[in-house]
Amino acid sequence: MINVIREPLIFEISSPGKTAVKLPELDVPEKKDLLNGVPVRNDIEGFPEVSETEITRHFTRLSQMNYCVDFGFYPLGSCTMKYNPKVNEKVASMSCFTSSHPLAPEKLVQGNLELMKTLEKLLCEITGMDAVTLQPAAGAHGELTGMMLIRAYHTAHGNPRKYVLIPDSAHGTNPSSAHICGYTVKEIKSSEKGTISVEDLARVMDEEVAALMVTNPNTLGVFESDICQIADIVHAKGGFLYMDGANMNALAGITRPGDMKVDVLHLNLHKTFSTPHGGGGPGSGPVAVKKILEPYLPVPVIEEKDGQYYLNYDRPQSIGRVKSFYGQFLVMLKALAYILALGPKGIREMAEVAVLNSNYIRKSLEGIYHLKYDTPTLHECVFSDKYQKDYGVSNLDIAKRLLDYGLHPPTMSFPLIVHGALMIEPTETESRRDLDLFIEAMKAIDREAKENPELLKSAPHLTYVRRLDEVQAARNPILRWEKKE
Amino acid sequence: MSYIPISEKDKKEMLARIGVDSIEQLFSCIPENIRLKGDLNLPAPLSELELLEYFEEKGRKNSYEKYLSFLGGGAYDHFIPAVVDYLSSRGEFLTPYTPYQPEVSQGTLQVIFEFQTLICQLTGLDIANASLYDGATGAAEAVLMAYRIKNKKRLLVASNLNPEYRQVIYTYTKNLGLEVVELPYEVTGKIDKKGLESSLNFETSVILCQSPNYFGVIEDIKSLADSAHQHDALLAVVISEPVSLGLLEAPGKLGADIVTGEAQSFGLPLSYGGPYLGFMACKKDFVRQLPGRIAGQTVDVEGRRGFVLTLSTREQHIRREKATSNICTNQAYCALRATIYLETLGRQGLKKLAWLNLQKTAYAIEQLTSIPGVSRKFNGPVFNEFVLEFPEAWEKINQRLEEKGILGGLGLGKHYPGLEKCALITVTEKHSKEKIDRYVQALKEVLR
Repeated sequence: MINVIREPLIFEISSPGKTAVKLPELDVPEKKDLLNGVPVRNDIEGFPEVSETEITRHFTRLSQMNYCVDFGFYPLGSCTMKYNPKVNEKVASMSCFTSSHPLAPEKLVQGNLELMKTLEKLLCEITGMDAVTLQPAAGAHGELTGMMLIRAYHTAHGNPRKYVLIPDSAHGTNPSSAHICGYTVKEIKSSEKGTISVEDLARVMDEEVAALMVTNPNTLGVFESDICQIADIVHAKGGFLYMDGANMNALAGITRPGDMKVDVLHLNLHKTFSTPHGGGGPGSGPVAVKKILEPYLPVPVIEEKDGQYYLNYDRPQSIGRVKSFYGQFLVMLKALAYILALGPKGIREMAEVAVLNSNYIRKSLEGIYHLKYDTPTLHECVFSDKYQKDYGVSNLDIAKRLLDYGLHPPTMSFPLIVHGALMIEPTETESRRDLDLFIEAMKAIDREAKENPELLKSAPHLTYVRRLDEVQAARNPILRWEKKE
Repeated sequence: MSYIPISEKDKKEMLARIGVDSIEQLFSCIPENIRLKGDLNLPAPLSELELLEYFEEKGRKNSYEKYLSFLGGGAYDHFIPAVVDYLSSRGEFLTPYTPYQPEVSQGTLQVIFEFQTLICQLTGLDIANASLYDGATGAAEAVLMAYRIKNKKRLLVASNLNPEYRQVIYTYTKNLGLEVVELPYEVTGKIDKKGLESSLNFETSVILCQSPNYFGVIEDIKSLADSAHQHDALLAVVISEPVSLGLLEAPGKLGADIVTGEAQSFGLPLSYGGPYLGFMACKKDFVRQLPGRIAGQTVDVEGRRGFVLTLSTREQHIRREKATSNICTNQAYCALRATIYLETLGRQGLKKLAWLNLQKTAYAIEQLTSIPGVSRKFNGPVFNEFVLEFPEAWEKINQRLEEKGILGGLGLGKHYPGLEKCALITVTEKHSKEKIDRYVQALKEVLR
């Protein structure tokens, strides 16, 4: 977009009397005084009034200020920003699906129920687990649901237990989800390889620990090779092994969490299974469990009898509901379309190429950017700004400079165990050309760091806005538009 | 079908650069004993054509569209202007991540800022977040937020709150040692004043009500707010049909401290229950306890206005287990649709839409209750939903209406023992006079 066009807030281009919608006229006799005694409003103060042309231009211009996967490489680590196939959008916009009311009689929505059940079965096969709930709305919601299942099991067996163990490399949602489920978090330190130390785990694991939450491969992209031993240690004390499946893109078709003795796992359909992120959701966070936890799954559960699908609410041990209705239905359709399009070999190739692409980047940038852990990695790799720090340049500066190259930066906010992290996850849907563009840009930025660090520290230079003052935003919060007096 | 743009030649060259012979070798960190030996047992891949045919075939097993439906109860069938679908389908809105790099996410961030503003204007409160999963989780987050603010374990929840929302509140609170007390309803369909008085004490953090409530009845928010505040508690109001805010006074202006709810009505199709759109607004004193993402205004190095995600010290990626909520990915795309929808309708449009809903509902009530044996169960004021009582069990009547191609309402017996003869009926702007009359005629025949 031409940078000089500044798009105002809609409220600032509003003028009285305009509207962009034509609603039908009232076709029944008008009644007066229907809301007698009820406080009513004369006006929605400040609400915008614009025409359809203005609406269309406003949102078209706003859209052009966004970077997106449709535009280019988006290597946010642990976010799996793969291409979102367009046919999936077409499927999810079919009126036979979008028009159904969630409380419609089951016999009128057999297609919906069958598709959801089919997705459950395919996810069971991909993960090696026994049962799936599709209800959770996103990954963190799946984590919370998973922890609730574990707590329900322990409670039913006499003691909910007190602690949940979480490695220091974990995403922030893990401890937060465990906490909201009533548990106290005990952090376990990563070994010098960046993985869980079996000895340390054995030392802290006891009968007050409800579960270990592990991300595998972890946020460094490193596979926890001792996973079965880890599971045995946790199980020996009656605990559960929870796996955060955010990084399932590295494993699908290669190995299955169920075969690693994982008891409960959440998936992110908006990562591994290609559904678009929408600028921050909707996601979908199905939870897969082993038989032992199945009785606790949220209600309702989709079941089939004589070819008819129905919703079973009669589940006395269930944790209850975690959300209205059945989950993010349209997102499920997109994920199902993706799995059906890929098939078994396609799913495997997805993981293979995701790992190939990541290792290609890692090899190409090794020595130029610092790798804190030299352990082999799968679908993502985590560099740091250690070498560039010598020139006063931080990972934030590198990230902002990447924007000038027309590329989205990697993740920087975690893992917390790598200071100045640059966590790169290319995914399998990037061409060699796009990978090379990124690699060349990263090399060029390293050169710039040495020759002209100021260029990086003042980046970005070519974006719609330049570096924004986040400190001021938090210190003097302006969180809504208000009419100037 | 494959979405992979890496050729076999690319693979060979890339493996050579990495210094391994095969892709297999890249997975050597995974122990042999847990590696899959063969293919996953999944269906063979479908072409794009076959894929569409597959979903069309399954879609034909849905016959809901053939019925004339008066179902609501937390999911509403409203008209969606074409610009909403058209503009929201742009890849620039659909395919970015959460706006972690604000300089290249000003579109998403400005939309969130406008959404927050619209929610504040509608609710009459100071601040709003970027979205929550849905109305039910919003209700649960609201009671947890009130508990964080007041730190008292007693939570009063209206029994005429949507039953699914209540279930989610129970699921969320039962692990935290909190005491949830349900408030009974009275003949008007509103929260029973006496029941409230006997449950409300100084150990209470919050009164959570819904308005219009699950029976469609508009609550007396001012009086509930006064009761709450007299007992050092907060009033949280749930709104599952926000079109009502086109006519009804903003709850914030009537004393509500937190307003949360479901904004599916604003431009999101029914979609068999999701994705929908939770929202939450509150007084500005409580901003540090608000869950979820918040966009804020700031300036760039050249002094130009821009937007960023802010106050993130409340959030899990900074505070980990001390965060106000574990929410991370939310419903940004749904909030975008709601923003386009609300700005398209605008000041006059939303008001008119609300008025159409109110008038058509009044007409439906008048016509349906003119049938002998059919009466209103509750006499409180309603917006676009209402409860009728029938001379026999609703399930039986419902079955006969279904045979005539009509889904006449939601039976209340499942969630409210004693209300087996009652149904919740919803009327929106999509119900023309002809459709309402068809329902009335069918019901007459069914009851004959």
